[in-house]
Amino acid sequence: MSGTIFTFTTPPVHPTTNHLTLSDHWDHLRARVGINRSGHLVEPGLYSLGNPTPDSPVFVTANYTLSFDAVRSSLDDWMKCYILVLDTKGINVWCAAGKGTFGTGELVNRIHITGLADKVNHRVLILPQLGATGVSAHEVKKLSGFRVEYGPVRAADLSAYLKTHKATPEMRRVQFNVIERLVLFPVELVKVLPYLLVISIILYFASGPLAAAGAAAAMLAGIFLFPILLPFIPTKDFSSKGFLLGGLIALPFALAAYRYGIEPAPCIHISRAITPMLLMPPVTAFISLNFTGSTTFTSVTGVRKEISTYTRVMAWMFASGTATLIILAILRITGW
Amino acid sequence: MFDSYRSNTLQYDPVKCINCGMCTTVCPHAVFAPGENEVRLADYLACMECGACQMNCPTGAITVESGVGCAYAMFYAALTGKDEPTCGAGDDACCS
Repeated sequence: MSGTIFTFTTPPVHPTTNHLTLSDHWDHLRARVGINRSGHLVEPGLYSLGNPTPDSPVFVTANYTLSFDAVRSSLDDWMKCYILVLDTKGINVWCAAGKGTFGTGELVNRIHITGLADKVNHRVLILPQLGATGVSAHEVKKLSGFRVEYGPVRAADLSAYLKTHKATPEMRRVQFNVIERLVLFPVELVKVLPYLLVISIILYFASGPLAAAGAAAAMLAGIFLFPILLPFIPTKDFSSKGFLLGGLIALPFALAAYRYGIEPAPCIHISRAITPMLLMPPVTAFISLNFTGSTTFTSVTGVRKEISTYTRVMAWMFASGTATLIILAILRITGW
Repeated sequence: MFDSYRSNTLQYDPVKCINCGMCTTVCPHAVFAPGENEVRLADYLACMECGACQMNCPTGAITVESGVGCAYAMFYAALTGKDEPTCGAGDDACCS
């Protein structure tokens, strides 16, 4: 074999704009609700915005449409720049960095594939700060010659950042305000809704409308009220916050169950009242505990401790609540 | 007993610190703060073990067992027998 010559051609630079179209917004909406979760992809590679020159800055982002669109839409009209999109399999910057796909290897690789060194005459890349979990700046410098500069946490601060190439302490901190907590609600709702419907329907026929409403209330408290009230519930752990919230939500159900029916036996009334108090708090607490994955401050060490402290209590309460529920249902059906 | 977040795995050796300031740049919770000759560990409990500081510390002055603080991922890992819970690809991802 002789004379086989491999010619390596760099892929074309894709032009893009800072303008989001209706179909972009439609894509964002679907992503927020969790439809086609791994399908919100941008092709990895080099993008140009507003005819950049070799002096123009290079921004780096993930190939998740919400990430890519956040970067380009936050840049001003006059801005000329390159956007280097890494292949993160359609996952956002922070999660991909945690997993390592938004990482040193992929960044260095993508610099080579796109021939970035021939397109710009400087050697600076501006990365989102939250990408630092996966990227080692000194390694990138060693392997590619490019210096990594960590920009602000939020793409919305990019324009302000570019004026001085310095981020204020505010721009460096992750926030987790009520809006940021609430955008997570649709995905959670879509995830829980099938369970909620099935369980409520079963309970409706087994124990009546109050039990069905109780199940729905406990789950909705976990996925909707908990994120809103997160900073205001006065304990540290997510599980204990969830228990408190679930207990409060269960109180009116306990009262209504206590008053329900005209049986003379007080033990029936008391058992009815106890059932929602046993069943609802662990459900809310379990959903609340799972919210740790959506937050921006829980450590593995802490979540592991939470799991070992609370899951047994949740399981016991839920099991004994289910037992009383079944006993009461049998008594009701047998006409006791 | 009701505060599971009173400790974490972050360790910082000021002797190795060359005061480059990378950790203060990358930390999203301002755990580190600029100091005279070396960086100060300013808010140890705010650490969420993301590992960005360790990744970007050129002298190895910082170590942390980084991982995803996600109960869902841990349950998933426990149920499927995988050791290291991470988030990411697949329809079951806790984040996207």
